Amino acid sequence: MTHGSRVKVPGLSRVEGEGGLEIITKNGEVTEARLDIYEPPRFFEAMLRGRQYTEPPDITARICGICPIAYQMSACAAIEDACGVTVSDQVKKLRRLIYCGEWIESHALHIYLLHAPDFLGYESGIHLARDHPDLVKRGLRLKKTGNQLMTVVGGRSVHPVNIKVGGFYRAPARGALRELVAELEWARQAAEDTVRWVSTFDFPDYGHEYEFVALRHPSDYPITEGRIVSSSGLDIAPESYDEHFTEFQVPHSTALHSVLDGDKTYLTGPMARYSLNHDRMPPDIAAVAREAGLANTCHSPFLSIVVRAIELLYACDEALKLIVGYEPPDPSAAQVEPKDATGYGCTEAPRGLLYHRYRIRADGTIEDAKIVPPTSQNQRAIEADLRDFAATRLHLSDHQLTHECEQAVRSYDPCISCATHFLDLRVRRQ
Amino acid sequence: MTTTLVIGIGNYDRGDDGAGLAVAERIRAAHLPGVGIMQLDGDQLGLLDAWADAADVYVIDAVCSGCPPGTVFHFDAARALPARFSYRGTHTFSLADVVELARELGSLPPRLTGYGIEGSKFEIGTALSPEITGAVEAVADRLLRELRQPSDLRGRGEPRDGG
Repeated sequence: MTHGSRVKVPGLSRVEGEGGLEIITKNGEVTEARLDIYEPPRFFEAMLRGRQYTEPPDITARICGICPIAYQMSACAAIEDACGVTVSDQVKKLRRLIYCGEWIESHALHIYLLHAPDFLGYESGIHLARDHPDLVKRGLRLKKTGNQLMTVVGGRSVHPVNIKVGGFYRAPARGALRELVAELEWARQAAEDTVRWVSTFDFPDYGHEYEFVALRHPSDYPITEGRIVSSSGLDIAPESYDEHFTEFQVPHSTALHSVLDGDKTYLTGPMARYSLNHDRMPPDIAAVAREAGLANTCHSPFLSIVVRAIELLYACDEALKLIVGYEPPDPSAAQVEPKDATGYGCTEAPRGLLYHRYRIRADGTIEDAKIVPPTSQNQRAIEADLRDFAATRLHLSDHQLTHECEQAVRSYDPCISCATHFLDLRVRRQ
Repeated sequence: MTTTLVIGIGNYDRGDDGAGLAVAERIRAAHLPGVGIMQLDGDQLGLLDAWADAADVYVIDAVCSGCPPGTVFHFDAARALPARFSYRGTHTFSLADVVELARELGSLPPRLTGYGIEGSKFEIGTALSPEITGAVEAVADRLLRELRQPSDLRGRGEPRDGG
């Protein structure tokens, strides 16, 4: 007898935006796992066509309320690449500093309010707050520290207004940054405590080898620049992205899927970044990672919470170092004149690699734009994992299976707003 | 602590999601003394900091509950919020989530009043739909009447059933 069933998770809670997850089984085996994403067809890319080359940092920042800096930085990198401009070291460092703020706020939010409740048996961060208010307050204070950093450098934390092609409208004063030091020192310690806390969680026994993709920088843990590398040896400049990564449409989702070199499913984000760049961590943070039991390569999506905590610690540490060594860029931005050219930019958003490409005309008009967010790139890997993960758990009740699949999806911290702009999530079994 | 704060939540780039922002704009234009105006467009957890020093807070947001567009909802955070404020949306946390989180953490303002306006279109790049502009005006008028009263008289006679 053929016995089929269908588990549908409509409205994954605690995933940014809305999304749907569907798992289809036949004869006790998972035949399909789909993350349904409904994406208004490339609205922002279409909106950018015909606009001026100076506008993408402001326009694309509005794609996501959680990681606007990532969009601004990838946009700036691509446009400066097209126009043949290299910004000063001071501008680069200030960009890295504000990006640290975004990592801090995004990772703190995910760890404390979205992901930790899963491990501790709470339905949500609100329920966690009921029993452990001090823990949640620590998470919120960490998040606020990141927001403050973004506000001081970027003018405001949501959709910062101080960022422009070439650099910044105005460089923050040394004193304004120094005022953040005490709170960042607190945050650094709190982040270290966070690593220890999350490392004690009970992690589901699940993991496998991934094809990881991340940036790699000659000396630093990658945030704002680097070459694109992968577990299997890819090592390319951002300008070669389109030669290796292909986006394509799938019937169940209007968000595009992405593959590497023809058919390889790959993963970007903290697990990929850390696994490909653990040797770029400062020795003291590497020691904390080792103490937390984190191997050099992270094979389990559930352990990503520990990796995020390590990156949170790194971002606090790096922000402090950047503030101590801060020299206001003068001028605060490089002069960027338009050129008839195409430019490519890649940075590491909290959730992974974010690629921008702009074709600009000599008069500064944007002829074509392409934006590939990390969640879009990770969709295939998420679906593949769900297929494998659910296959070993079909004996569970609908409720439990749904819960565990939701937890699995949340491990990737998918920002559905970025990938899809609007997602609806439900769970159902037939 | 006597500050009155009006917070509009939403996103002007997403159609009726801008309803709360539009109400806040109306209140701002009235230049009421002692009334602060704030607009939030994304991270609703920012509310926790936004209202930290305020005594009397009004929050206005768009709602997507399936009711007819333009339906106006009201809540007083002295009581648990009705489920319709846990609307699905583009934000990680709904307004109801943030209010309940604040309740658990003991960080609710002394008085918190919310208004929700049922929207009909939330597509990116669209403007407020005509069906809800009347509701935006009605909520703004109601708020302006209330804000012109002394703070200790505000909120009397308001519906308390959340709807």
